[in-house]
Amino acid sequence: MRRAAPAPLLLLLAGLAVAALPQAARAQALVADLTSHLVAITTGFTGTSVVLFGATEGGGDVIVVVRGPERDMVVRHKSKVAAVWVNTRQATFTSVPSFYSVASSRPVEEIAPPAVRQLHQIGLDYLRLNTERPLSPQEATDFRAAFIRNQTRSGLYVPTAGQVSFLGDRLFRATINFPASVPTGTYLVEVFLVRDNAVVSGQTTPLVISEIGVDAEVHDFADRYELAYGLVAVVLAAMAGWLASLPFRNA
Amino acid sequence: MDIYLPIAALSVDVFVLLGLGGAVGFLSGVFGVGGGFLLTPFLIFIGIPPAVAVASSANQLVGASVSGVIAHWRRGNVDFLMGFVLLVGGFLGSAFGVWLFALLRRIGQVELVVTISYVVLLGVLGSLMLIESTRALLRRHRPGAGRRKLHRHMWIHGLPLKMRFRRSKLYISAIVPVGLGFLVGILSAVMGVGGGFVMVPAMIYMLGMPTAVVPGTSLLQIIFVAANVTVLQAVSNGTVDAVLALMLLVGGVLGAQFGTRFGTKLRGEQLRALLALMVLGVAVKLARDLGVRPEDLYSVALVGT
Repeated sequence: MRRAAPAPLLLLLAGLAVAALPQAARAQALVADLTSHLVAITTGFTGTSVVLFGATEGGGDVIVVVRGPERDMVVRHKSKVAAVWVNTRQATFTSVPSFYSVASSRPVEEIAPPAVRQLHQIGLDYLRLNTERPLSPQEATDFRAAFIRNQTRSGLYVPTAGQVSFLGDRLFRATINFPASVPTGTYLVEVFLVRDNAVVSGQTTPLVISEIGVDAEVHDFADRYELAYGLVAVVLAAMAGWLASLPFRNA
Repeated sequence: MDIYLPIAALSVDVFVLLGLGGAVGFLSGVFGVGGGFLLTPFLIFIGIPPAVAVASSANQLVGASVSGVIAHWRRGNVDFLMGFVLLVGGFLGSAFGVWLFALLRRIGQVELVVTISYVVLLGVLGSLMLIESTRALLRRHRPGAGRRKLHRHMWIHGLPLKMRFRRSKLYISAIVPVGLGFLVGILSAVMGVGGGFVMVPAMIYMLGMPTAVVPGTSLLQIIFVAANVTVLQAVSNGTVDAVLALMLLVGGVLGAQFGTRFGTKLRGEQLRALLALMVLGVAVKLARDLGVRPEDLYSVALVGT
């Protein structure tokens, strides 16, 4: 677990900031920020969490949606062919979030009607997943369910909404957890203020998750200079083999 | 202590990798085979994606073969001309194999083809070795078995384009070693193995080479075929994890030296019978996994992996 600063302190600061805001700025119904806008993945990374804190002008509920960078994902279906399980059908989902989680101050169903959840893609049921080619309704349902099930199992989609807790009437905080296998890239943290079944205010904050250090450089080099990387890999291995034979020269 | 593998994109315990490299190196030292055919399945067992396991094993093989060739070369047991001719076939075969691998990745069948190839090859190899070593164990009780001829003449000795290989005391058609090299090149690309376990018996029984020059010559061409596969895999599939390969090499080289010493203390037939049982065990495990209903019939992957 890595945190940029103790969350209670930041909350206090946020509270003071809100209290000190001039009348004009207070018209903004919602302010929120993250304790850290950069998560570094280094050797031995085992997951982390980031705290989101903020304040409302009072009243209403808060929903926080975190979406990872968009990727194209392929879902494959195995069936039994002559005693062996083989990938037989597949569907490609284009530009789907690689990470998805929701947190709210009360169960989402009690706060927002389906139309609102649909519009803002709040909850896995309302996540828009587009396929590369049109699927039959049955296939679409199966592949969609399979995709969400697999992503949930690997901890990249969080099925149950996390908790946004209010401190008093206006300050709130939420902890966003990321597993060890979290994809790198730019995340979007959307915060919605919902009052009387409607979103009255929203704010989007970016969060960057990136590999840092030697691993990141190796990966980057391998991606950018494929041929050079291949040659270096070969030379390194050959040298390691030669070095290893030296002590045993007279054996 | 975990180490993050940049291309495989997952953390693995360093000691698992060192131990795995060491164990496979030990076996290759004891039994005199490359050990790549055991390494790739074990990497897949511990959760490395098959595509990365195959490509990184080829990378590891470069180092392991260099180490081996140097040892054989000091004893003058390398036929460089034969190695070169095998290599011509090997380069063509590995280029074809990498292309085939990329095609399989696109249609999502890498895992299946790699696993089936292993089941077939390990199954056949394990059975043959078991039969051969059992016979040898039985034969020890009947001394005075007849001496083998230098080599037998078969249809392949009638092919055109004959070449003279002095070191191997052979005068045969170049088509045979080129074809053999091609076949092993494909294996190397698709399965991440050096193909020593196919190459060595073929050199002895098909080409009729003297046993002493076989391992060194086989390893010599494996260096280049494996290097070619590593570069081609890096360029067309981006699946070579150099960190993984180096970790395996460190363990493997040490293991091989201990293995060689341990191997000289055991009797050959018993060793081969043991290895045969182990190879068959891996084949059976892989075959069983193919037929077991997966927990989830659906799987998810990034496009292009």
